[in-house]
Amino acid sequence: MRNVDKISSNIDWITVGFYSLFVLLGWFNIFAVVYDPEAEATQSMFDFSMNAGKQLMWICTAVVLIIMILVIDFKFYSTFAYVIYGLIILLLIVTTLVATEVNGSRSWLDIGFTRIQPAEFAKFATALALAKYMSPVNVKYERFETKLVSAFILALPCVFILLQNETGSTLVFSAFILVLYREGLSGVILLIGVMSALLLVLTLIYDKFIIVYVIGGLAFIVILYLIQAATNSTKKRLLLRNIFVVAIVAGICSGVVFGVDFFVNKILQEHQRNRVMVLIDQELDPKGVGYHVRQSKIAIGSGEFWGKGFLQGTQTKFDFVPEQSTDFIFCTIGEEHGWFGSTLLIGLYVAFMLRLLFLAERQKDKFSRIYGYSVACLIFIHFMVNIGMTIGVFPVIGIPLPFFSYGGSSLWSFTILLFIFLKLDAHRGEVLVH
Amino acid sequence: MNSIQRKVIQFVFIFVGLIYVGRLFVLQILDSRYKLEAEINAVEKIIEYPNRGLIYDRKGKLLVFNTPVFDITVILREFRLSDTLEFCNKFGITPDSLKGIVADLKKDRGYSRNKPMPLFKQLSTEDFGKIQNFLSDYHGLYVQARTVRSYPHKSLANALGYIGEISRTTLEKQPNNYYRQGDYIGLSGLEQSYEDVLRGQRGVRFVMKDVKGVQKGRYRSGAYDTTSVAGENLVSTIDLELQQYGELLMQGKIGSIVAIEPETGEILAFVSAPSYDPALLSGRLYSKNYGRILMDPSKPLFNRPLMAMYPPGSIFKLAQALTGLELGVITERTQFSCDKSLVNCHSHPSPTDLRSSIQWSCNPYYFLTFKKIINQDLSTNKYKDTEIGYDMWRPHIMSMGFGSKIDIDLPNVKSGNIPSNQYYDKLYGDLRWKFSTIYSLSIGQGEISIIPIQMANFVAMIANRGYYYSPHLVRSIGQDKRMMEKYKMRHQTTIHPKHFKPIVDGMEQVVLAGTAAWTRSKDSVVICGKTGTAENPHGDDHSVFIAFAPKDNPKIAIAVFVENAGFGAMTAAPIANLMIHKYLKRKPNEYMEDYIINKDLTGKYGSYKK
Repeated sequence: MRNVDKISSNIDWITVGFYSLFVLLGWFNIFAVVYDPEAEATQSMFDFSMNAGKQLMWICTAVVLIIMILVIDFKFYSTFAYVIYGLIILLLIVTTLVATEVNGSRSWLDIGFTRIQPAEFAKFATALALAKYMSPVNVKYERFETKLVSAFILALPCVFILLQNETGSTLVFSAFILVLYREGLSGVILLIGVMSALLLVLTLIYDKFIIVYVIGGLAFIVILYLIQAATNSTKKRLLLRNIFVVAIVAGICSGVVFGVDFFVNKILQEHQRNRVMVLIDQELDPKGVGYHVRQSKIAIGSGEFWGKGFLQGTQTKFDFVPEQSTDFIFCTIGEEHGWFGSTLLIGLYVAFMLRLLFLAERQKDKFSRIYGYSVACLIFIHFMVNIGMTIGVFPVIGIPLPFFSYGGSSLWSFTILLFIFLKLDAHRGEVLVH
Repeated sequence: MNSIQRKVIQFVFIFVGLIYVGRLFVLQILDSRYKLEAEINAVEKIIEYPNRGLIYDRKGKLLVFNTPVFDITVILREFRLSDTLEFCNKFGITPDSLKGIVADLKKDRGYSRNKPMPLFKQLSTEDFGKIQNFLSDYHGLYVQARTVRSYPHKSLANALGYIGEISRTTLEKQPNNYYRQGDYIGLSGLEQSYEDVLRGQRGVRFVMKDVKGVQKGRYRSGAYDTTSVAGENLVSTIDLELQQYGELLMQGKIGSIVAIEPETGEILAFVSAPSYDPALLSGRLYSKNYGRILMDPSKPLFNRPLMAMYPPGSIFKLAQALTGLELGVITERTQFSCDKSLVNCHSHPSPTDLRSSIQWSCNPYYFLTFKKIINQDLSTNKYKDTEIGYDMWRPHIMSMGFGSKIDIDLPNVKSGNIPSNQYYDKLYGDLRWKFSTIYSLSIGQGEISIIPIQMANFVAMIANRGYYYSPHLVRSIGQDKRMMEKYKMRHQTTIHPKHFKPIVDGMEQVVLAGTAAWTRSKDSVVICGKTGTAENPHGDDHSVFIAFAPKDNPKIAIAVFVENAGFGAMTAAPIANLMIHKYLKRKPNEYMEDYIINKDLTGKYGSYKK
């Protein structure tokens, strides 16, 4: 019992408060989605035949999970990090082999009473393994070996998740790039990543040759400037090298443009390409892929400032928005609670994520810190992609809004992810023995 | 340590949050398009067409009622066909005709992918039943219930009129923006004149629907809904039984019968022959039938009682006599001998006084009477004198309802023509015309023309001895039995009531022992009438007869006009006789009835069939 008392006094109640708020709001909104004003009997949020009722069941089981996580010794997570990672990889392999296809994805594993998605659990397992690998004081990220091994730890689950045809879940692992940046990855790489993304979007919008000409033109101007600026001998000495660097960068950029063009048009499958293209031009296919985005924007856009009120939304309630209790749950907020509610929710999420960063930074132990960053960044990626796709700034990628979306696997995996960190945080004064 | 990295990551979190809040601001507040789109998505506007008012005859028999039909409309934006052939099989059409329908929709000026467009119009309850179950298999198909007109008889088509889809020009010109594209509106007859009371008030219901188009209850609890108000019923002045009898009598003939109740101006029968079955211009086959009826050389759509202009012929002599008496140029004892050198006449006892001049329809008598009216020696100038006389004559004629539009509750009524003296001035020059120029007016020929409803009104006026109520077809409107104010108004003519006695006596003699004596009844019904034979330069003369009965306290006044049927006494008079007997519930002369019903003049109308 001494242990429980200690937990309750050390655990970060602010984060627990955020968590509870998100889970409850999610539950209410799932009820709003399934609510049918025409139904004969009054509907209950506790009806287990409906999504809202089921979600309540998931929430209850999540509470059990939380208790289990908090009761287990905090050293367990670092000690068994690789074991957990290994088991999850094994589970992913098994899933890839035995899973039956659901909507083109082979990521669901039938475990009798329900189905789970092991890819969801790979997130916290990978975070644990990465933290474990990088925690020893002597492991420096600057070393090439460290980079290689950490990249391997991240890539391994990605491969199997990709094999399950879950591109969206794979994309989530890019969250770890931010974690690595915190641990010493060069900002230039991050910048290059962002630039590449920008180039990618431009490539999709404009013809590849136009972009290459623009790049060439820019490079030419920069070189002219360099020649002009080479006034003294030191600068003249560096001139040739500088010109060479500019030419190389321009060459790489052009390569990226052609590469992206090739990738989009030759490598990506039809439905994936559509998902990307629809982002650029939604009217391309208003009945097919564009339909999701369009309906989602209509639902959110029709909310105006104050929204239509709880249970008053027509677009979400009457199934115009697809996948509305899972991936498109944000539409319900947008429609029923308007810009006011949406802004409030986004503010809550940002505050929550900043709180996690704060908690991560206060860790004395490198393992806890890296894990904490992983938690914050994973939640951030979900937040960004999920809301981004509902408002049409991201392609439609089927990933849930943390704690909010309907679904057991996602709620459980985020609960585990978060509460392992809270458990570690509660024991931040103690030293992990490696 | 690493504080820069930490700040960058914090910045990224906040930055993305702000970008999203900004994006949502644009989406939810700046761009109002989505709200509209959401309503198009989830709110269906259902128009509830009110039942159009019914029309009854004066005895409560139904003349016009409504039959439900179903329009299937399509919103092309929502409509997807995976299997065109299956769809066509289910709905009983060929793929080609479906293509044609859709192509026609796209040609329509009001075409929109987002609005319901008519796919199938006016399916009967039976046809609708066949496809009803398939409707839910397709997105974007909607049902619009409305009604079309139905008739328990085949009569009175030209008076009842028809309804049809509102035309684009009417739609654009309408003053209060009530009508929408595709609405039905009265296009002729009573349907047109009483459109405002018959149509009722359209209602609108907003219902929510889900993505499958299933209705999900009222939008905003019905805050924007309006209920439809049914149109008001009309009680017509028509006696359906008499009307049908009149139509039977007119079969095989061209012409018209108008019967009026003199003391009210209510029209009892309104026969325009030939006519058509009103059901032909109701429902799906409207346009096809309309084209066919329009092309019919016998012109069934030509509403003869209101539109056919004829020289009145001898019935006009009654108006001349009344004017002569009123102006004091003749008295009831004035005698003229039948001087055939003035104007041609037939053989009859001579000389005649006023009564017997009517009885025998003596042309010279009226030549001289009219001459006395026109030339009263009020000016030494013969021409001036003519003009003065003409200007004294014309107002009396006009006051009897000639030369101007009868204020009937039907559209497209003609006014006929009683020329003004300016007309003759134009024709011959000022002071260049005199009695000999216009003498043919004396016996109802020449430049004057009148329409059958004016003849009926004229004889009703004589029956009333000097006044009339505007003839009308509707007795009362709605539950409160309103009556149009203008039909309560008595029109007094300029003729003093005392002048009617010799005229009416003469008319009695017409039937008893005069020009129409062969139609004389053996029963006690006293019919006062006047024959007319309107000269027709294009063929056989038109047969005209006006009459009222009984002589005292008349119940019915009637004008019968049969084209190319010869003397008034030959065809028009027996028809009037039969109609009067029918209305007064007396036994008609069966021989006469047979003769008239079987009298087929279609052979004489060959010249119409070009």
